[in-house]
Amino acid sequence: MIALLRVAKFVVSLCSLLFIVSFLPGQSVYSQDTASSVNNLPPITVKAYDTENDAGSSITVEWSDPGYWRREGFNGYRLSRKNVASGIEDSLDVLPTGHVLHEDRSVSDDSSYTYTLAVLINGANLTSTSTEVVRSSKQWFDNRLTWVLILGLIICGAVIYFIESAKRGTKLFLRRIAGLEAIDEAVGRATEMGRPILFIAGIQDMDDVQTIAGLTILGSIARTVAEYDTKINMPVCTSLVMTAARETIKHAYVTAGRPDAYNDDMVRYVTNEQFGFVAAVDGIMVRERPAACFLLGAFFAESLIMAETGNSIGAIQVAGTAMPAQLPFFVAACDYTLIGEELFAASAYLSGEPRQLGSLKGADVGKAIAMIVILVGVIATTIASAWNSESMLWIENLLRQMFSTG
Amino acid sequence: MDGAVIGIWLAALLTLGIMSFVYRDNLYYKICEAIFIGISAGYWFITFFWDSLYRIAWIGIVHEGRYVLLGGVILGAMMLMRLFGKIGWIARWPLAFIVGATAGLKMMVYFTTNAMAQIHDTVYDTVTAFSGGDLYNLIGRLVILLGTVTGLIYFYFSKEHKGIFGGVAKVGTWFLMITFGASFGYTVMSRMSLLLGRIEFLLTDWLKLVK
Repeated sequence: MIALLRVAKFVVSLCSLLFIVSFLPGQSVYSQDTASSVNNLPPITVKAYDTENDAGSSITVEWSDPGYWRREGFNGYRLSRKNVASGIEDSLDVLPTGHVLHEDRSVSDDSSYTYTLAVLINGANLTSTSTEVVRSSKQWFDNRLTWVLILGLIICGAVIYFIESAKRGTKLFLRRIAGLEAIDEAVGRATEMGRPILFIAGIQDMDDVQTIAGLTILGSIARTVAEYDTKINMPVCTSLVMTAARETIKHAYVTAGRPDAYNDDMVRYVTNEQFGFVAAVDGIMVRERPAACFLLGAFFAESLIMAETGNSIGAIQVAGTAMPAQLPFFVAACDYTLIGEELFAASAYLSGEPRQLGSLKGADVGKAIAMIVILVGVIATTIASAWNSESMLWIENLLRQMFSTG
Repeated sequence: MDGAVIGIWLAALLTLGIMSFVYRDNLYYKICEAIFIGISAGYWFITFFWDSLYRIAWIGIVHEGRYVLLGGVILGAMMLMRLFGKIGWIARWPLAFIVGATAGLKMMVYFTTNAMAQIHDTVYDTVTAFSGGDLYNLIGRLVILLGTVTGLIYFYFSKEHKGIFGGVAKVGTWFLMITFGASFGYTVMSRMSLLLGRIEFLLTDWLKLVK
């Protein structure tokens, strides 16, 4: 009840604050355009400049038409380019009314160019203007992503802070995740039944963060397996995952004090082919009848086939993936499912490593920022629209600038 | 009998063999499974050999002089150090390189598309719906707003799901489950079309019962 009152108080305070700020005076941001006369027009102004925030090989040509487009017989603007060193001229394009700039992406950073824009009336050049010499170049910093950098630094700062806190011994709280408690239960059941455990780390390579999370959980499971003296079986479909999984299980057996029980054959490569791998896993499931199946990693169309086969043999199944399209199948066919980020949280929770715990806590800071920004953004922008408040418009523009990614 | 007919017969028999798993594990399925795995493993070996080792590494370095590719070759060679017991630890370095480099490269993409763009669209699409005058669109946008915020609360791990917070997280769970249900139905229907494709192959190309 107290929590409810606090939340209500926070929301009311936030709305009141935004409402009050909405009536603060501000300056008009809009200006009126003026029409130009069609006759006695000044020359068209053209400028060419290196396209900003790009990887080079691009020049932007921008022009301002004082009103030639209103002339009878107007056909468009003919843009041509001249390479200063070689003297070669290229006609680029004829651009219709409404165009005020053109991005030329067919230039070389090693050459300099001039551009000429001609106004076409009845197919002939009425007037033309040339630009200064310009050369393209790449930029090392994309200014449009400045806010991404700032927010990234805030979240990374939070991650580093929590990692250092965990290293100093501060106990970081993580909520209980239901699927994790089933892991020990599943391994214990396999031990009692004298049957193996099957672990699948998805079908992606080591460059997928889900595979890495799956292998981190494998480390914890393998330690329990080593302690219980149960058999673990792990078919894989990429060579790097095979290497990493062998290292993980070997380390777990050494940690459990049973290095002699480790065997490289616990992890075996099958094939890179998606459905060839599925056929093999299904065969292993029905022949070896594992008591527990762990499907933790990145899965695609094979998720339901594997989960259904595991279900048909009566194995306890714990699955986890961050592939949104495959989660429904795991939820339907498995006993426990780690949904999306729970897979990464489980990895941190089980390992208890400061780096993983800190990353998760830092990500929570990011989520809190996202929730606050969404709520503030919607309220501020709605007030700005309803009351035409320029203060709220300022907040809206700020948020738009912050979260615009180019 | 020409090659095409043999191909159709092989494809049909292998299709039936794989489908026989629906009944139970059997010798026919095991043979098809072994053929599938063996051929696919061989196919990938040849693909990797010609695409990576020959076309990229050999031609790139020897014929085109792109010596930067030597980095990849060295990392690949380091992976093979696993085969030599005492220096097997060297194989961990390329693994660490791949994991670290991928995390760094993907961080920006994920942050801009999964976080920044999603926040931007959630806020501005909702507000646009307010001024748009379309009631259905507005309701839809409000549902997305509610689903986004409650979903984020569900995935917030630093607080126990109890009290009001737990209640809101529960709403997030409902959103997730309804989404999963819709996605399940949609995907099952697309899998049906795959099955129909195989049945069509058997009836049209193989048995010629359908024209």
